[in-house]
Amino acid sequence: MIELTTPITEEQIRSLKAGDLVSLNGIVVTARDAGHKFMVEERPEFLNDLLKGGIIYHCGPVVRKDGDKWKFVAAGPTTSIREEPYQAKVIEMYGVRGVIGKGGMKEQTLEGCRKFGAVYLHAIGGCGTQIAESVKEVLAVHKLEEFGTPEAFWVCRVENFQVVVTMDSHGNSLHETVEAASQKRFEELLAD
Amino acid sequence: MNEKLRDHFLELIRRSSTDLPKDVEAALARGRDAEAEGSSSRGVIANILENVKMAREKSTPICQDTGSLLFEVNLPRGTDDRPYEEAIKGAAEAATKAYYLRPNAVDPVTGKNSGNNVGLNTPVIHFHPWDEKYVFVRIMQKGGGSENVSAQFRLPEGTLHAGRDLKGVRKTVLKAVFDAQGKGCAPGIIAVGIGGDRMTGYQLAKSQLFRKLGTRSDNAELASLETQLLDDLNSMGIGPMGLGGKTTVLDVFVAAQHRHPATYYVSVAYMCWACRRRSMTIKDNEVTYD
Repeated sequence: MIELTTPITEEQIRSLKAGDLVSLNGIVVTARDAGHKFMVEERPEFLNDLLKGGIIYHCGPVVRKDGDKWKFVAAGPTTSIREEPYQAKVIEMYGVRGVIGKGGMKEQTLEGCRKFGAVYLHAIGGCGTQIAESVKEVLAVHKLEEFGTPEAFWVCRVENFQVVVTMDSHGNSLHETVEAASQKRFEELLAD
Repeated sequence: MNEKLRDHFLELIRRSSTDLPKDVEAALARGRDAEAEGSSSRGVIANILENVKMAREKSTPICQDTGSLLFEVNLPRGTDDRPYEEAIKGAAEAATKAYYLRPNAVDPVTGKNSGNNVGLNTPVIHFHPWDEKYVFVRIMQKGGGSENVSAQFRLPEGTLHAGRDLKGVRKTVLKAVFDAQGKGCAPGIIAVGIGGDRMTGYQLAKSQLFRKLGTRSDNAELASLETQLLDDLNSMGIGPMGLGGKTTVLDVFVAAQHRHPATYYVSVAYMCWACRRRSMTIKDNEVTYD
């Protein structure tokens, strides 16, 4: 298991290979559909420091409010492919080093990772309660009123958030490998 | 509002959202055991099972995407359904406040989240008058990721060489699961509706997701297609979360209904491993949950 703490350097990212297990510590910012559209179209400045060398998490959590403190109740990843049109641009604009999600992404993001030094990190879909345990603290939330709970930018501190590198910064994608192998079998089954 | 009735529905939602049905959990455990010792696919399912256990113990959502809510409500003939609709909406709101549900109802015109899981045609409620003297309610929570990879095909389908027969149906299901890869949160449960129109096709498919895993269709030809597809799909190597492995689907259900002569739809509803469904019976003021 490789330990990574934000902010993350390009050198650290370049040393990661598809298949590596990573334990993440530090600041993670959730962003999904409304967030990615907003980041590209409006280029908000409040995210600059949070995302420089930082991590975006494709997640729409269930969040409880205890007094004036927020607490994550369930926080697994959402399907990443919906952000494919935006992701490479967001990585470039903000200097993002890692994107956590599920299901993998495609060529544009893989190329963005290669060009700007970033990785795609896979978390286990559906494991909402378990992943919420590694979110130790919610530091801030942005756009909550406008976007609603699932779509807001939740800034949180994580400890030992376990993920797998499935797309590295050298053009390797585990998703491409699995898809190619399953395509071969799919074609055999069709011909059956 | 009948607050007692609302609280029965609230408890139904709590159980559904936080406590995975035993048959699904058992199928996941079999999937884990089928994966090679020390493999990452085995590790993925082991994690899933750990999460299932934690959610049950803590009474928190298994998955943060608590899905779209579907209620199938059987009422004794002549029963007024309005108090039930009111109680369901009240329960959805209360369950959101109790964090059993994430607010998941968004107005597509304004982009505004209603904040309480109540909105236009949300939750979806179907009432069925029946001859029994008691009330029987089923709930299903279906996540957006799995809904996005569900697919409807119109036969004949040229690129797959899929004609208007069960062989053609099989090809479309292979295609739907291949296209889904890990995006619907594999290992999934695949429900297929053959025939009907575009609306009832999906309705029939989704209704199959209430079936217990391992049960086969009463129709021998469909039962045989279910078994064949289960083997076919698990030979594709997509695996848990699409990261490779032997367990791509936990089960396959197929049902058929009459179609218009000009149409032949195959509707494939993909359910994620977090197959949240529960039932409740209200009989002589006594409430029981499955």
